[in-house]
Amino acid sequence: MSAPPASPGHQLPREHYLNATYGIRSWLLTTDHKRIALLYLVSVTFFFFIGGLFATMIRIHLLTPTGYLVTPETYNKLFTMHGVAMIFFFLIPSIPAVLGNFLIPLMIGAKDLAFPKINLLSWYIYLVGGGFVLYSFSTGGLDTGWTFYTPLSSVYSNSAVTPAVIGIFINGFSSILTGLNFIVTIHTMRSPGMTWFRMPLFVWAHYATSIIFVLGTPVIAITLLLAGMERMFHLGFFNPAMGGDPILFQHLFWFYSHPAVYIMILPAMGVVSEIIPTFARKPIFGYSFIAGSSIAIAVIGFFVWAHHMFLTGESTYAALAFSLLSYLVAVPSAVKVFNWTATLYKGSISYDTPMLYALGFIGLFLIGGLTGLFLACLGLDIHIHDTYFVVAHFHYIMVGGAVMGYVGGLHFWWPKITGRLYPEFMARTAAVILFLGFNLTFFPQFILGYLGMPRRYHTYPPEFQVFNVMSTAGASILALGYLLPMIYLTWSMRYGKVAGPNPWPATGLEWKTPSPPITENFPVTPEVDWEPYDFTHRPDISLTPGTPSLAPAHGDD
Amino acid sequence: MQSQLPIYPEQASNFAPHVDALMFFITAVCVFFAVAVTIAIIVCFFKYHRKSVTEVGVSFHGDSRLEAAWIVVPLLLAMVMFAWGAIVYVNYRHSPSDTLDIYVIGKQWMWKAQQPTGLREINELHVPVGRNVKLILASEDVIHDFYVPAFRVKMDVVPGHYNTMWFRPTKVGRYHFFCSQYCGTNHAVMGGWVTVMEPAEYAAWLAGSTGEANPVAEGEKLFAEKACNTCHFGSGLGRAPSLNGVYGAKVLLADGSTVTADDAYIRESILQPNAKIVAGYQPLMPTFQGQLTEEQILALTAYVRSLESQPVPAKGAGIAPPTGKK
Repeated sequence: MSAPPASPGHQLPREHYLNATYGIRSWLLTTDHKRIALLYLVSVTFFFFIGGLFATMIRIHLLTPTGYLVTPETYNKLFTMHGVAMIFFFLIPSIPAVLGNFLIPLMIGAKDLAFPKINLLSWYIYLVGGGFVLYSFSTGGLDTGWTFYTPLSSVYSNSAVTPAVIGIFINGFSSILTGLNFIVTIHTMRSPGMTWFRMPLFVWAHYATSIIFVLGTPVIAITLLLAGMERMFHLGFFNPAMGGDPILFQHLFWFYSHPAVYIMILPAMGVVSEIIPTFARKPIFGYSFIAGSSIAIAVIGFFVWAHHMFLTGESTYAALAFSLLSYLVAVPSAVKVFNWTATLYKGSISYDTPMLYALGFIGLFLIGGLTGLFLACLGLDIHIHDTYFVVAHFHYIMVGGAVMGYVGGLHFWWPKITGRLYPEFMARTAAVILFLGFNLTFFPQFILGYLGMPRRYHTYPPEFQVFNVMSTAGASILALGYLLPMIYLTWSMRYGKVAGPNPWPATGLEWKTPSPPITENFPVTPEVDWEPYDFTHRPDISLTPGTPSLAPAHGDD
Repeated sequence: MQSQLPIYPEQASNFAPHVDALMFFITAVCVFFAVAVTIAIIVCFFKYHRKSVTEVGVSFHGDSRLEAAWIVVPLLLAMVMFAWGAIVYVNYRHSPSDTLDIYVIGKQWMWKAQQPTGLREINELHVPVGRNVKLILASEDVIHDFYVPAFRVKMDVVPGHYNTMWFRPTKVGRYHFFCSQYCGTNHAVMGGWVTVMEPAEYAAWLAGSTGEANPVAEGEKLFAEKACNTCHFGSGLGRAPSLNGVYGAKVLLADGSTVTADDAYIRESILQPNAKIVAGYQPLMPTFQGQLTEEQILALTAYVRSLESQPVPAKGAGIAPPTGKK
């Protein structure tokens, strides 16, 4: 929407999912996937806010080598709770449970997910799990690190570990049920003509993510429960004093928690794969390679976990195997980046906000992914393992990648979700601020890590101060970059310009229903007879903004 | 030497140049790809900027030769990184035979080191330059990690396991060491200094420090106190095998397999005696789990090691028949 026309001429539809029913009960007992997505939107934003608050305090504390803000105990709790809130309660559910929930049925032409009540149950389970974790945070906090390594977590820590592991155990079922719901929906509820290779890549990415949800989550759930039982009942699973093995915990923990990184990044890749062809107005380059690489990442991702453990004393042969496999998983990620870039070639590229986020994603994911090659390298990992290099690397993936994808996706589909447009200039400004602030925050940490500053230090030798000051300065810019969208997106829900059904325009099925959609999504079940991301054979898509464009595609007239 | 704002630490061990070379190589490859992709994006972004609202991009769907190229080329480069990194790592994980062995014990939140002479240090470690040094790492409580950035080496210190790490200091000086595995409240202050000295200075430093218990003597005392000597006779006539000459030798077990009697085996035999039973003996020994500190176990190990030179009895030695001494 670089040049909005004088008379947009769009009206909000008379009836849609937001005004179909009223009252608190109509939200808390809803089975509409779109409303549940909004419930998730509110709750993950809440946890993002909490996690962000902890991060802010961490960065302020690290301004000086001695750290004046908090005590060592409190500092340890801050980074632990930052990690737990962000990973388990924001990053993992963010794109799947908010955007995936809202969009998957719309994208494949279905009325809802396959199990609408289970979908609502997932949200309640998430709330119960989140409640336990908040209870842990507010009654003594948690100081084990989000990794819960034993025997520190199961024997030595004096903080509220038990409610936290119970909370994460419970929350695991929310992920499992969401994954199950997505898999069944994608298999059984595609509308006529929506073949597997006509599906949006966003749906492919969520299919891959769901596989990890279903296969990986049970392992972390049971692992943390074992650690909790060791703590509560003094059983000897991991405690060497009772014949247990602390390394076993790490194997079990990373068996899920490495694939969990792909839970965070795959959906963001799905978002980017939607945004780029839309704003380059051409088919995506190498559709089947992008779809296939999502599956490849999900599958190979299950066999790389012990690269977190090269220096635990694991056997040299195991280390060689896991290093090799870690390099293999880098290839499908590289394939995606090359295909996105090739899609831009000879496109018709606009500078709309979602595109800025998508390109920002590629830049940051590129750095995050490439620095993974450093850590997968056995010889180099001896030096940079457990330093700030690792911290920088995974923040580039999780924040630079996953969060950029999430915020970009929110902008892209905001008109569909709310029926209104956000203020474009503000949004572009925020995207640039986010990108710059992010790099200033995390790039210096790569250097800090190579200089040898270990992770999770509340105090550090003075020679590390310069880079810490840069990082904290960047974090304050980054915080602004996150606050701006929170403000103007909220503002636009009431005051934004009415968007119309397909403002960009884009080719997916979700844009062939009014914005916001009706509760049943589509008045009649749509039929698909076009290839994905095809702009040239779609007379139903009006490229002139402002024209009401719900003309039927040439398939369903 | 180092600039005001260094981007890599000093190189002070045999591993430092190798690790830095790997870093340089991978950085070069990654910068090449990152710059290439970034330039491609920026050029496309401006060159193919939408000229009119109805403009549509040129429609093409892919190119299998390109796909093959950008699968194969990154894969090959990745394999080079893998192989080179593997060489450095394998070298690091296999210490040479002529090492100076120093025991290092981590506990919340301090490091104790014990030189071969029994000299003990806290949050300090003295080593001679140019000599291969092996650290044998044990933990009293949670997992720690011994990390010397100037040497580019680290290793987790895991309770219930002995891990080892080795390096050859190449430059005299004082270097930070850190705990780099989060271990609780004072994790960040669990560090100290490695002092690399000229060999002569190191020898003088070792000799000049007095008043330290000899670990062998301490171990011998413990051997009697804990009544080990009521079964483990030197003559091989007791209820348990003689320990003479057992250190470093192959031991024949009841299940027919053999095991090398190294530090880890001795530690396990003390804490979990029934884990491996020597052929011809009954599982009679009680566990000493929880009754000995890591330092006492090291003292006992040192004592057993000192029996290496004692005469091995013809019967009751527990050593595997083709006496495979190192």
